[in-house]
Amino acid sequence: MHKITYKREMAEKTVCHFKVEAPRIARKAKPGQFVVLKVNETGERIPLTMGGTDPATGLIDLIFQVVGKSTALLRTLNVGDSIQDIIGPLGKPTHVENLGTVICVGGGTGVAVMYPITKAYKEAGNNVIAIIGARTKDLLILEDEMKAASHDLRVTTDDGTYGHHGFVTDVLRKILDEQKDVKLIVGIGPVPMMKFLCKLTKEYGVKTMVSLNPIMVDATGMCGACRVTVGGKTKFCCVDGPEFDG
Amino acid sequence: MAEEKGKKEKPKVPRQKMPEQEPKVRARNFDEVPFGYTPELAQLESSRCLQCKKPKCIEGCPVEIDIPAFVKLINEGDFGGAARKLKERNSLPAVCGRVCPQEDQCEKLCIVGKKDQPVAVGRMERFAADWERTKGEITIPEKAPATGKKVAVAGSGPAGLTLAGDLILKGHEVTIFEALHKTGGVLIYGIPEFRLPKAIVQAEVNYLERLGVKVECNCVIGRIETVDELLQEYDAVFLGLGAGLPQFLNVPGENFCGIYSANEYLTRSNLMKAYLFPQYDTPIARGKNVAVFGAGNVAMDSARTALRLGADTVRIIYRRSRDEMPARIEEVHHAEEEGVQFYLLTAPTRFLGDDNGWVTGVECLRMELGEPDESGRRRPVPIKGSEFQLECDMGVVAIGAGANPLLPTTTPGLELNKRGYIVADLETGKTSKPGVWAGGDIVTGSATVILAMGAGRKAANSIQEYLMNK
Repeated sequence: MHKITYKREMAEKTVCHFKVEAPRIARKAKPGQFVVLKVNETGERIPLTMGGTDPATGLIDLIFQVVGKSTALLRTLNVGDSIQDIIGPLGKPTHVENLGTVICVGGGTGVAVMYPITKAYKEAGNNVIAIIGARTKDLLILEDEMKAASHDLRVTTDDGTYGHHGFVTDVLRKILDEQKDVKLIVGIGPVPMMKFLCKLTKEYGVKTMVSLNPIMVDATGMCGACRVTVGGKTKFCCVDGPEFDG
Repeated sequence: MAEEKGKKEKPKVPRQKMPEQEPKVRARNFDEVPFGYTPELAQLESSRCLQCKKPKCIEGCPVEIDIPAFVKLINEGDFGGAARKLKERNSLPAVCGRVCPQEDQCEKLCIVGKKDQPVAVGRMERFAADWERTKGEITIPEKAPATGKKVAVAGSGPAGLTLAGDLILKGHEVTIFEALHKTGGVLIYGIPEFRLPKAIVQAEVNYLERLGVKVECNCVIGRIETVDELLQEYDAVFLGLGAGLPQFLNVPGENFCGIYSANEYLTRSNLMKAYLFPQYDTPIARGKNVAVFGAGNVAMDSARTALRLGADTVRIIYRRSRDEMPARIEEVHHAEEEGVQFYLLTAPTRFLGDDNGWVTGVECLRMELGEPDESGRRRPVPIKGSEFQLECDMGVVAIGAGANPLLPTTTPGLELNKRGYIVADLETGKTSKPGVWAGGDIVTGSATVILAMGAGRKAANSIQEYLMNK
């Protein structure tokens, strides 16, 4: 059982942030890895990425958007309640090295996943440009954190209520037109966002990594529910990924 | 107990059948199919045993249960004593009595079977274990004095559970690490409720915990702790990881929606209890027209699960003939009784799908049998131009499993064979890495529950020897 010690609704009724006791996972997890959790006895196993971990307190940050039954159930939990099962860390950690200029792009709750990765690239000595986007101002999360984790943060909203009016890809295109020395782009967000991101960066020939989010059951490589086709080959996202060359 | 002048006579009593659910009824529920012996039936069956002086049946049992002795106790009406006798050699008798292929093991060598049907050892083992669990007092055997040695077990399937049961009795501290949220491995996620009720698996794991075995679920060794990290804290590590990596057909269209690996399909249904959706939250597709590829026990389990989830038509598609089917005869028989159709000498060539990416059918090719291949079975050869299409709205791929690379790739110094299985001595379970043993499907590839248990027992003996000389 994993006790919830902190709860904050980041965007009303949709995005929620928990800090949960999971000392072993907090000690081991690296940026890019995820957990699978099951709320209670009759619950399903759902994959969630970690927004951060603190080995000293043994807490992990879970940031999730309410999209269905399990995430809605999760949101009803309060400080002091417990989550029955948390399995992790799972997946391969992000391969972080000093490359030069790196652009980190996060959309929606993908920003939560992007945050520890962005921080890691900055700590590794890269010049980090971050772009975060949301549908509307109220759904934008972790702006201050992302600002601290990058050298240059750009913000977009689809409806223009805050920052640039439009998509993250608009801003990315502008940066790529201005800067020729971008070594890597990392993108995490809704599948259409990642798709258009890859389409765009292909034009510029810049290596692009995306974090995929297919359906998962066990997330240890034993079922193949999360299989994806990468370079013509079937891969299991939970073991081989979740990050792949976009 | 007829034995006159050394000459063994054919018993007068025929082999006793187990009462079971009617096929039409049971094909729509998840309750166990056979009800098991009544005490009267068990005693009647036990009277067929000749109590051989040199019992062949024991040789056929991978964990060498003293079969005549427990059968004799049943005959005398001491059912609790029979269960205790079984547990001297087998920590999971209620499981083995149900899922062992006895026709290839103990019962194959039974002398009575030469002229008549062999003595029903498995059914009596099941009876004694069930009797103890439901009626009797579960006795806890005496443990050896504590040695202070610690053993870590990765995986809580049949191999790991057997090894843990053996080593805890020898006075060592044993901790099992399980990746899933429930223990039992294939017993809990693979074999369906109608063949092996999950309450029985839970009861046998609880018995081990009462003996003092520590169980830590949700621990993926290789991620949360590496084997090297375990070796800093534990005197020995046993890897009983199983062969849990699903193999796919590698034909076009296999990633259409509606096509599952048998592992995913059965895990959803068994471990996550998706058949009880929406009481449980995990959903499962309920195909009307289901194609299952393969003809092992996993394929039979998948096909019979699909029927119970409401399918109208379930087809087993297999590229060889009936004689080569690897499933237990009893399981094939049960599947046929319940209405599963068999398309033998048939191989899929591609899946067909609609604009939304859902599977709508499968194109197959007829096969004929050619010369024997390296497995000794006749190789299926495609008949040119014999393509035909079958409609299906769901496909389940049950053509075998491989070794999951997650742990081996995070364990330096562990030798693997070319198929990714761990290389270990079959007599001792020793791997190339000092302090590390392995056994069960992760060494041999997919085999049976009882062989994994046998491997767990051998590794336990080897670890015992190592720890006492350390």
